[in-house]
Amino acid sequence: MNQISHALTQLGKQTRLKITGLGFFTRFFFTLLTRSGIVFQRPRLVSQQVHFIGNYSLLIIAVSGLFVGFVLGLQGYYTLNRYGSEEALGLLVALSLTRELGPVVTALLFAGRAGTSLTAEIGLMKAGEQLAAMEVMAVDPIRRVLVPRFWGGVIAMPILAAVFSMVGILGGWAVGVGLIGIDTGAFWSQMQASVDVWKDVANGVIKSFVFGIAVTLIALYEGWQAQPTPEGVARATTRTVVTSSLSVLGLDFLLTALMFSN
Amino acid sequence: MSNEKNDWWVGLFVLLGAIALAFLALRAGNFSTFTFASTYNLSARFDNIGGLKVRAPVKSAGVVVGRVADIRLDDKTFQAVVTLKMEKNFAFPTDSSAKILTSGLLGEQYIGIEPGGDDKNLENGGNISMTQSAIVLETLISKFLYSTAEKQGTPAQSPTANPLQKD
Repeated sequence: MNQISHALTQLGKQTRLKITGLGFFTRFFFTLLTRSGIVFQRPRLVSQQVHFIGNYSLLIIAVSGLFVGFVLGLQGYYTLNRYGSEEALGLLVALSLTRELGPVVTALLFAGRAGTSLTAEIGLMKAGEQLAAMEVMAVDPIRRVLVPRFWGGVIAMPILAAVFSMVGILGGWAVGVGLIGIDTGAFWSQMQASVDVWKDVANGVIKSFVFGIAVTLIALYEGWQAQPTPEGVARATTRTVVTSSLSVLGLDFLLTALMFSN
Repeated sequence: MSNEKNDWWVGLFVLLGAIALAFLALRAGNFSTFTFASTYNLSARFDNIGGLKVRAPVKSAGVVVGRVADIRLDDKTFQAVVTLKMEKNFAFPTDSSAKILTSGLLGEQYIGIEPGGDDKNLENGGNISMTQSAIVLETLISKFLYSTAEKQGTPAQSPTANPLQKD
């Protein structure tokens, strides 16, 4: 009897904590937005973060994009070959990259490459009491530390996704035309006939923008909420990857249903 | 890192992003096929448009001269009314005819315009009166099946009976 009541209490406590966490997360987001004025007052802080988050992620994004393009080229060819329509390879590669793979895979890599470093950095700042010291000096740590990182991530993510898609299409082209020997004119013309600038490319950019907001926000939130111990920072970093990957995939389903349903 | 160096790398990063977006829009997408030339509207009525879709091309002699702007059903005549957005520099005689054609065996459908011989040209808001509907594969097959059945002198009792079966 006692055990059952204990389990029920635990369940209630966990639910309450999760909902409180969600409420705090929302408030955190709005606090970041309302204190975003520093972006215009000291733009250099943002540009430093774009450099830290964007430029350093560029290599892994470009290499992954290239290999995803290679694999799409090969796999797409094997399937299309069965129906005698190898020329549609360009269309297949471009549509899958601009609509889905570009934004989603970039966001997953971004969570692993940039999100973890944001969480660890802020968690360690908290553990080292740097954030508390800032507050003592009347410097708002949200404004000075979190806001530039947030906008840096939001700016870097769509650029990275666009680079991923471009490199992927070039990779698919290299395999399709260079390795397999599809006609290069047919490859591009089939692609151009079916990829719509607004419906496919622009929606992909919107997706990557939303993912950028989600991943950066989760990374900052987890860092801000981390227990100020080495173990707490480690746990927060893990949670960043798990939560942001799951929310990217969930958001992707929602956005796809909204954008491509007609 | 010095400020100038930081700016240089960030600038390079943003430039790369702009190049990638331009590549996606121009090389992979159809942005370059958008015409900013002024257009005029024509309408045509079809009994059956098959699988015609909005933004399908309108071709004459195989050259794209416009796009399908709108498709709706006239609930009086139960015909499909298709609005065509034609490029201004192509004008067609008033007795031109429109057909719904298919590119390749299973490709997508488009509208083909065959010019007539009239002196006057169709103007904005004009109507193409001579039209030919899309060929629907099922209708074609059922026509073929019924005609084979009639030739054999055994009229098909029901549409489910297999008329090709020899007895």
